Amino acid sequence: MTIEIIASEKVVEQEVKKTRNTQRFLRVFLARKTVVASLAIIFIMIICAIFAPLLAPYDPYKQDYAQILADPSLAHPFGTDMVGRDVLSRIIYGSQAALLVGIVSVAIASVIGIILGLVSGYAGGLVDALIMRAMDALMAIPPIILALVFVAAFGGGLTNVMITLGLSLVPTYARLMRGQVLAIRQADYVVAQELMGSTNIRNMIKHVLPNCISPLIVLITLNFGVAILAEAGLSFLGLGIVPPKAAWGSMINDGYKYLLSNPILSFAPGMAVVLVVVAFNIVGDALRDALDPRLKGSL
Amino acid sequence: MIAFIIRRLLQTVIVLFMVTLIVFSILQVLPGDPARTLLGPEASPEQVEQIREELGLNRPLAVQYITWVEHAFQGDLGKSIAIKEDVTGIIGEHLPKTMYISFLSMVLAIIIGVPAGIIAAIKRGGKMDSLISVVSNVGMAVPAFWLAVLCIYFFSLKLGWFPVQGYTSPFDDFWLSTKQVIMPVICLAFAALASFARQTRSAMLEVIMQDFTRTARSKGLKEGAIIIRHTLKNAIIPVITLVGLQVRNIVGSTIFIEQVFNIPGMGRLVVQSVFNQDFVVVQGCVLVIAIIVALTNLLIDISYGFADPRIRIK
Repeated sequence: MTIEIIASEKVVEQEVKKTRNTQRFLRVFLARKTVVASLAIIFIMIICAIFAPLLAPYDPYKQDYAQILADPSLAHPFGTDMVGRDVLSRIIYGSQAALLVGIVSVAIASVIGIILGLVSGYAGGLVDALIMRAMDALMAIPPIILALVFVAAFGGGLTNVMITLGLSLVPTYARLMRGQVLAIRQADYVVAQELMGSTNIRNMIKHVLPNCISPLIVLITLNFGVAILAEAGLSFLGLGIVPPKAAWGSMINDGYKYLLSNPILSFAPGMAVVLVVVAFNIVGDALRDALDPRLKGSL
Repeated sequence: MIAFIIRRLLQTVIVLFMVTLIVFSILQVLPGDPARTLLGPEASPEQVEQIREELGLNRPLAVQYITWVEHAFQGDLGKSIAIKEDVTGIIGEHLPKTMYISFLSMVLAIIIGVPAGIIAAIKRGGKMDSLISVVSNVGMAVPAFWLAVLCIYFFSLKLGWFPVQGYTSPFDDFWLSTKQVIMPVICLAFAALASFARQTRSAMLEVIMQDFTRTARSKGLKEGAIIIRHTLKNAIIPVITLVGLQVRNIVGSTIFIEQVFNIPGMGRLVVQSVFNQDFVVVQGCVLVIAIIVALTNLLIDISYGFADPRIRIK
């Protein structure tokens, strides 16, 4: 009977500790108003992307030649572009491309990078050297130029942009994971496991991966911003999302030609990029603070 | 120390070798036949075949790769498909412009970003700190090309302070060149500047909290001396590391900035060559850019091998 009670008390205790940890995390994470505002921006962006057809006041592709380059008005808050398309609607639709590129490219980068980093850190020796030098090589090329080379080879368009950006972001993940693996492998409990005959792969998944989660979450959040910026850049150059599909980068470029008469055409989509990227950066930083065990939840 | 330098040098060579391998293999998948692009649509199959022979395109890939690397090693990066000139010559013409604006941007980013970070760290939690943190947060999120568009609108079109675009060598007309270069340099520097401010701030804060800073303070040293001689000296290594990363980002951003400001540098060359499907030029440009980035990083590593003996041993 006693054992049972003690056991159940232990469980309760753990539960309490867990909620306390979660509470502490939330308290630190949400302490600053900027973080809450950033979460709101990201939330709005996601809503815009999912419910674009419902939210957009106009069809983003419908050309209205009676309304070419109209100034901002109640009917068109950000005016219309050179073929009379509503800019606000196009910005709302543009969030789809941005969000999709963010999610998919970061997913590609993190999965490949994590695997390479784990293998590199665990295998050591020649495999490690080869993988890491390849990562160094990729890092010697500016990511946007690497993406350009990929686009040159495989062509533009949504799918290729996602793959391209994903691949150019791989090295950061591989390096992070390798560093974590090397650090954690030194830890007594992992060495003990190895001595007890636990296989490398089991060790890797069971001990190393959970310990890397926090820095990974931070990196993934920050990389959303990086990917969205890069997508906007490629689309701006005309090498990303293929027109007429709405993308913020290409909208900036389209509007640039009418900068003197209709600056809002370039300003508005750029503002959308800045807001979203700032939001991801702030949330990433806040996550880092909140997840860092050294800070113990203090600010 | 010499062993350390040699080791790093070898690593750099291996990295550059990998770069050639990566660049070469990516561009092998390029759609279209370079020989046909070179000759235009009216060329006969015999002519195409002849050019393929001349360019070595009908040889095995491995042979093509080795020839390319061999020639590149001797400074010959091949012949452009679209412009029909030596790639080395084309790059030699474009590179100085990019180097010039990139160098100025780097200097600007450091001389503003680092002091801003120091101020933010000293006045932690103050008004100056929040202002600097807001500016650096925005700085890292603003696309360089959009910033360029904003600058052109306000400073060129509205205020008329600077020319909208163009590039003049500072040796031809220094005043005009400076006027043309100011906006591109600021736009290029902005994101790097933000990173420097942030990195310096956090590195400074970490050092300020350490015991020796408290000791320095308790023995009555002046605040200025503490900051410069004790704190900054210890906080500077992560900031130097950032230089390596930012070289990469600044050179990367030149592709936008040169496009918007119409500067005939490497960035524009890369973009145009991508549009022209001129893979020989793209290949050459990427290799040259990678060499510059890798060499900068090598220099940085060696420099803090000097500064911090612990790094040499690793």
